[in-house]
Amino acid sequence: MTETSSPLKYLGQPIERIEDATLLRGAAAYTDDIPVPVGTLHAAILRSPHAHAEITSIDVAAAEKQPGVHAVLTGQDIKELTEPFLIVLRVPLDQWSLAVDRVRFVGEAVAVVIADDRYLAEDALDHIEVKYNPIEAIIGTMDAAQEDAVLVHPAAGTNVVSRRDFSYGEPEKAFAEADRIIENTIDYPRNSQTPLEGFVVVANYLPGEESYDILSNFQGPFTVHPVMSKALRCKGSQLRMRSPAYSGGGFGVKQAIFPYVVLMCVASRKVGRPIKWVEDRLEHLTAAIAAPNRVIEAKAAVMNDGKIIGLHFEQWDDYGAYLRPPMPGPLYRQHGIMTGAYDVPNMTIINNLVMTNKTPSGMVRGFGGPQIYYGLERLIHTIAVELGLDPLDVIKKNLIPADAFPYRAAAGALIGSGDYQQALEISENEGKLAELKKHRDDMRAEGKLYGIGYAAVVEPAQSNMGYLSTINTVEERKKAGPKGGNVAIATVNIDPLGTVSVTADSIPQGQGHATVLAQIVADEMGLTPEDIIVNMERDTQRDPWSIATGNYSSRFSSSTVVSAQMAAKRVRAKLADIAAQTLNVPAEDVEFAGGQVFAKGNPENTLRFSRVAGTTHWSPGELPADMAPGITETATWSPPELEPPNDKDQINTSLTYGFVFDICGLEVDKVTGEVRIDKYVTMHDSGNILNPLLADGQVYGAFGWGLGIALSEEFVYSEDGSFLSGTFADYLCPTAPEVPEPQILHMVTPEPFTPLGAKGIGEGNVMSTPVCVANAVSDAIGIRDLQLPLSPSKLMSLIDDDEPAAPKSIADAKPATSKPKSGRGLSGSGQAIVPVPPTEVWDTLLDPVKLAAVIPGCHELDLVGENSYTADISIGVGAVKGRFQAHVKLSDLHPPDSVILGGGMTGPLGSSSGGGRVTLTAVDGGTRVDYDYEVEITGKVAAIGGRMLDGASRVLVDQFFKRLIAQIEGGDANAGDAAGSWWSRLLKFLGAG
Amino acid sequence: MPQLNQETKHKINFTLNGKAVSGYTEPRTLLSDFLRQEMALMGVHVSCEHGVCGSCTVQIDGKAVRSCLTFAVQVEGRAVDTVESLADENGELSDLQIAFRKHHGLQCGYCTPGILMSVEAFLEINPKPNEDEIREMLSGHICRCTGYTGMVKAIQDVVETR
Repeated sequence: MTETSSPLKYLGQPIERIEDATLLRGAAAYTDDIPVPVGTLHAAILRSPHAHAEITSIDVAAAEKQPGVHAVLTGQDIKELTEPFLIVLRVPLDQWSLAVDRVRFVGEAVAVVIADDRYLAEDALDHIEVKYNPIEAIIGTMDAAQEDAVLVHPAAGTNVVSRRDFSYGEPEKAFAEADRIIENTIDYPRNSQTPLEGFVVVANYLPGEESYDILSNFQGPFTVHPVMSKALRCKGSQLRMRSPAYSGGGFGVKQAIFPYVVLMCVASRKVGRPIKWVEDRLEHLTAAIAAPNRVIEAKAAVMNDGKIIGLHFEQWDDYGAYLRPPMPGPLYRQHGIMTGAYDVPNMTIINNLVMTNKTPSGMVRGFGGPQIYYGLERLIHTIAVELGLDPLDVIKKNLIPADAFPYRAAAGALIGSGDYQQALEISENEGKLAELKKHRDDMRAEGKLYGIGYAAVVEPAQSNMGYLSTINTVEERKKAGPKGGNVAIATVNIDPLGTVSVTADSIPQGQGHATVLAQIVADEMGLTPEDIIVNMERDTQRDPWSIATGNYSSRFSSSTVVSAQMAAKRVRAKLADIAAQTLNVPAEDVEFAGGQVFAKGNPENTLRFSRVAGTTHWSPGELPADMAPGITETATWSPPELEPPNDKDQINTSLTYGFVFDICGLEVDKVTGEVRIDKYVTMHDSGNILNPLLADGQVYGAFGWGLGIALSEEFVYSEDGSFLSGTFADYLCPTAPEVPEPQILHMVTPEPFTPLGAKGIGEGNVMSTPVCVANAVSDAIGIRDLQLPLSPSKLMSLIDDDEPAAPKSIADAKPATSKPKSGRGLSGSGQAIVPVPPTEVWDTLLDPVKLAAVIPGCHELDLVGENSYTADISIGVGAVKGRFQAHVKLSDLHPPDSVILGGGMTGPLGSSSGGGRVTLTAVDGGTRVDYDYEVEITGKVAAIGGRMLDGASRVLVDQFFKRLIAQIEGGDANAGDAAGSWWSRLLKFLGAG
Repeated sequence: MPQLNQETKHKINFTLNGKAVSGYTEPRTLLSDFLRQEMALMGVHVSCEHGVCGSCTVQIDGKAVRSCLTFAVQVEGRAVDTVESLADENGELSDLQIAFRKHHGLQCGYCTPGILMSVEAFLEINPKPNEDEIREMLSGHICRCTGYTGMVKAIQDVVETR
């Protein structure tokens, strides 16, 4: 067969997406929209309110008796029926799909209820009684790395479960010979791109074949498939993973669904019915995944002219409570390219992998890039500031020379092509940098805080599947066998009427892969993209797949497309051979265009495309001798450049390396601390561009999230491990007014290591934008140490400027103070006048029956000891209501003057502990009750109700006194909540009514 | 307001995408769940379930409303329109839908139906918004894929041509 090709008609063009006609109608079937088997039950998950605790008991008896409930599973069921998940390290960090004996982060799954529908399953969660014995939580990354720190996994003996050092070139010599050693330490926060569609799993155990049929929005990589099948103690072929064609966003995050896949498999097996679980937003924000937060101590050995001769990075990457495969990918994905865009031959890297009591880290767009470039590009700007140079001059001084490509970076990256100097020149000219600098001068002359920042980023794409083995020593790697490569698979098929269908292994998450595949195949076949049906579903029992299958590391444009083009070329060659017989010309003279197959130079000598394709179905006997019947081709491809790490620990971590250069001009508002992006220029060399419309879409999207990282997004924990960012009102995603349109520039140096010449483009701005914005802010306010996100409050605290006086109404209010130390800290004080003498108030407070009537939401109050009560209380904040078991102890009693209350509450929504003092003073008209309290709240309430807690607690306290007065006066505590009253409406609004 | 019993299902009658429909629902069932599970409208997307992201936006009597913050029983006697109502009876996409495709105003498409319903309600009130007004209106929605540029251009396109 001879491979030929048509001139490219569609590839490289801004073709509108073939996916959109379905999506815009609301007709795309996401995982939750796909019909489930008859008899499917629904799961809801009970989660830990504690960051670190022993589970002393779990009582599920009451939950099992609730309406519609079929079963309740706990960690013990999981421990019996599954194996712990495999990890890359030989360190005992056992983890299952439910907590076993101990919880290690707020939101860790503790039990699962299976019921007829989701509403009933959630109802039953309230009836599971878990007793915890809290342990001190370790939250700060550097705290966890201390020798005497509390251990997240005592069996591991340390929280720093892996430490490796690497040396390339002669770093000691470079640091000894340098004019200056310039340092900058960064502390990159936890964040995630949080897809709008959460995780969805439908698991069905098939007893006849002892296999599991899974429909889920898992996005790969399928390196995790063996992890799941080993956990389930089944063969790989017995774990059938099906992915739908449409996903509501992935950004890497949907890799983290795998523990839930295993959990629902076990539930289905145990219950004997298919099980469906749909993650809600609170579950997602709390427990799905975060990009690892990272501390990087970066040092550069520099000469006085700005030339960098050596680099040193020590990194502490925080993986949270468990090391979930494919972690710790973010620590090693950039390994070969840690020198970024710079020609620096000498470097040391020390990598520390740290465990803490936070949500496990996982795959998030950028995958290590945002962290390392925050360290590297802040260091570059710091060098410029320290040496009194222009940052752009320091960048230019150190860029890899244009004639050096293909360039082997110190740690092993093989960069195929680029011209970084030209990219900067275009950016300066088209981005009008001279004007921008003038504008900065003008703004500063007006007293404004205006700054310009830059970032130069090498954007890696298509990961080497062997890079993570760099974490193991050369000896360990030799024992385990070499790992490398990245296999891509696509199939092109033609039906009897000559219509073409394509499938591929990229599990798209909204990027428009179907459109690009249709463009490629249409060009090969002489058809239009509309003629091609692309089905992006994947099924591990029916479709070819490899461990590299999936949507990650921007691998589509450099690998999946290659296999699709290979398959299309093979089909084309076969069709050409068939047509050559009839057209009576050599196969290499057969051309394809306009739905016709014809002789070169003689378009009259032609056949319909469908006719030629149909021959393979209808009359295989007419095919040329030795030709196989049918017309379907599956092509696989893996680039030879992705070699395993060598004995010097050099690793070509990715196949392609694009280049991004950004310029940002911004103003920091002196009064509010708000950052206003004035101008943003982003230059991309992504090699050949397959579809400019979609490529720019990736840039716009990555830029949007990059701004979120820079300015607003962070998963916040208090020191005790309480999670404080459980809603989209706490975790602040940028909206349209906050995301200006960037100026996108392109240049092309084709990638030599992939046949279509394309590099990745999906992750660059996630790496460049956060640090570019931070560099500009640093330039604006003259401060070096900046911790993302650069929120208005953080910047206000850094700007040394007179703050205007607060309006009087705000200044006078006495808000309860927040204490980030322990969950949501609340404290407050106040007084109320009760129109009876102190003795009567005292008697009411100490009478269990009367007190029960006074406490808002109290169902039951029992005296369990001297001045010691337990109570069953319903309480709510916002839309979340729950039942709590409260215990209250009265002490320091001075009847009828004062008493101290202490105690706490626990329930499915979280727990609290605290205390307060009540003082009664006789005054005209009755008793003045003075009170103050201090309460610490953890768990779900802390995560979602933060903004409302102060108000809600004041409302509850006020309600308490209103009911107290009503109780004393008329014996009807509810009289205080007269329908239609302002309080009643406010309480209802707050969910506390 | 009539008292509803929590345990029983109630019949509700309303107009859905121009057609009179009825169904049974518990008082606590969210409109988003009801439209998806009982009315089989999978263009109603649920994402945050606390009224911030806007994915579940539908129109009730022509106003853009979060269906995750509305109980199904509240639409008794009202007119509900979802993204499924936008294409014409022959299935042809509306000018707004076409503009979103042309300007690449969507990627994963999960936020898109809610945004389209908000935009239509907004353009009824303000047919000639400027860019700032468009962005302000869009601030009621979260899109994680696009950075909003494509959808702003799409809306501007429709504002010019309608």
